[in-house]
Amino acid sequence: MVRSGGVMSIGQMLALDFMRNAFLTGGCIALAAGLVGYFVVLRNEVFTSDALGHVAFTGSLGGLLAGLNLLAGVFGSCIAVALAIGTFGGRGRGRDVAIGTIFAWVLGLGVLFLSLYTSARSGATGSVGISVLFGSILGLQPIQVIVGSISGVAICAVTLLVARPLLFVSIDPDVALARGVPTRAFTALFLFLVAVTVAESVQAVGALLIFALMVTPAAVAQNISARPWLGMALSALIALAVVWIGLVLSFYISYPASFFITAVAFAAYLVSQLGRQIRPAASR
Amino acid sequence: MSWDLLADVQLLLQYHFMQNALVAGTLVALLAGAAGYFVVLRGQSFAAHMLSQVGFPGAAGAVLVHVAPVFGLIAFCVAAALGIGWVGRNLDAGHRAESAAVGSILAFSLGLGLLFFRLYAGSAAGIYTFLFGTILGIADRDVQLTLVVALLGLGALAIFGRQLIFATVDPDVAEARGVHVRLLSIAFLIVLALAVAITVQIVGTLLIFALLVAPGASALQLTARPARALAVSVVLSLAFTWLGLALAYFSDLPVGFFITSLAFAVYVAIRAVKGALAFRNGSLQLRGTWFAAEA
Repeated sequence: MVRSGGVMSIGQMLALDFMRNAFLTGGCIALAAGLVGYFVVLRNEVFTSDALGHVAFTGSLGGLLAGLNLLAGVFGSCIAVALAIGTFGGRGRGRDVAIGTIFAWVLGLGVLFLSLYTSARSGATGSVGISVLFGSILGLQPIQVIVGSISGVAICAVTLLVARPLLFVSIDPDVALARGVPTRAFTALFLFLVAVTVAESVQAVGALLIFALMVTPAAVAQNISARPWLGMALSALIALAVVWIGLVLSFYISYPASFFITAVAFAAYLVSQLGRQIRPAASR
Repeated sequence: MSWDLLADVQLLLQYHFMQNALVAGTLVALLAGAAGYFVVLRGQSFAAHMLSQVGFPGAAGAVLVHVAPVFGLIAFCVAAALGIGWVGRNLDAGHRAESAAVGSILAFSLGLGLLFFRLYAGSAAGIYTFLFGTILGIADRDVQLTLVVALLGLGALAIFGRQLIFATVDPDVAEARGVHVRLLSIAFLIVLALAVAITVQIVGTLLIFALLVAPGASALQLTARPARALAVSVVLSLAFTWLGLALAYFSDLPVGFFITSLAFAVYVAIRAVKGALAFRNGSLQLRGTWFAAEA
């Protein structure tokens, strides 16, 4: 993103509006994704978030086509599908042929919407689809900054509030049920949180790369520590670090922020895997 | 478009790009349908999903260094297949650490693909081509490459297909009878990688399920007999491809949409009919079977 000669200082970088927005909103989204992602990995619902990412793509373009706001389409479709998944009790596992066929079709529908949307507008090059798929954190609009930051903080607050019973329900659902914890209600609430977080993450890294924020940091955290509270904190902080480092890198080396975010996340994952191989049994 | 079938077919074949798309599509459908039967039988749809997304940076990287995208796809997909084979187990989305590892790899490889496209300064349309497929972009050399790859894949399946079914259905007995189960599973992963690499040309990396998994899944719903299921899978795959290409040509809408819709509609219709029959026969298994599928 640097166009002028010479290297800009951090201060100069932060003087830029779009960079400040990216750091603020990206940070809030990262914390939320890291926290919720911890439970996603713990509960092994990785492919629910994958499926919701596909839905986010189709929902946002469908929303645009219907003349709605992009955000309304993303949030609306993710929440609706998460509720449907909760109601029918199907877990979006990649191995499952039925689910896979459904979500391939959802994505195919998104391609149709994209084609209809771009052909309805002369001059549109389809870059709106790219920004939904791969994120547009350096081009956030004011409404995205406000909605993204506030809902990021809200997701964190709600997740922390229900973290204790949710841990219980996730780790040992049978015992939790026997102790009178409303398991179904917590599962539904959790799916709702995942849906909102996916919709958020799509603004930052895009529908295709949400794993980098919702799965990888949590996987790294669980490689480092098996203790739940420490793991949650680590997951959120790693996600934050990944986004901020990605932003700085993309500022100084003018390539897409989404690429750097996925690359930093993946590097962290590799290092944590190596660390686990080198000293097994320790701290676990 | 009229209702005169002959005239429609003539219209369909009048452009060279469409001839290429139909020839390549037919070859793709043959291999994808055949490999897809084994994918579903072996419960490896997750591996197919992963291979195709790892192929994305391969295609983008090939464009960057001015090589035919199919080469990049083959290189990345085969490398990923060998990686899966090296890990040694069937990748399983139900396993926590594995699905987290795969998720991390997928995000990174798609991000890498994005980087390659930006380095090439490619247009949005270029990215969409590899993500969602196209009927426009298949050159003569791609058709030749597709022919070679499809023949290789089909030839390999013809040679070890029987043993593969044996090794899938009852690995222990097969092993005892002297079948190299491990070797077979790696060989099949390589065939799968080849199938993925050429299928991406038609439906893109993201919609691969429609040609590589849905036909096999539908076929196995209809019959459990291997030869019959294999034939049904190939026929469905061919039908989806031809109809999808024709509809895309006449409507000027994306081919990926039509192929995924056809695959989805057929699968749902078969499940619904089977469900209705089972319901009439009194064996009320609807709820259980719909989501449990044939993992």
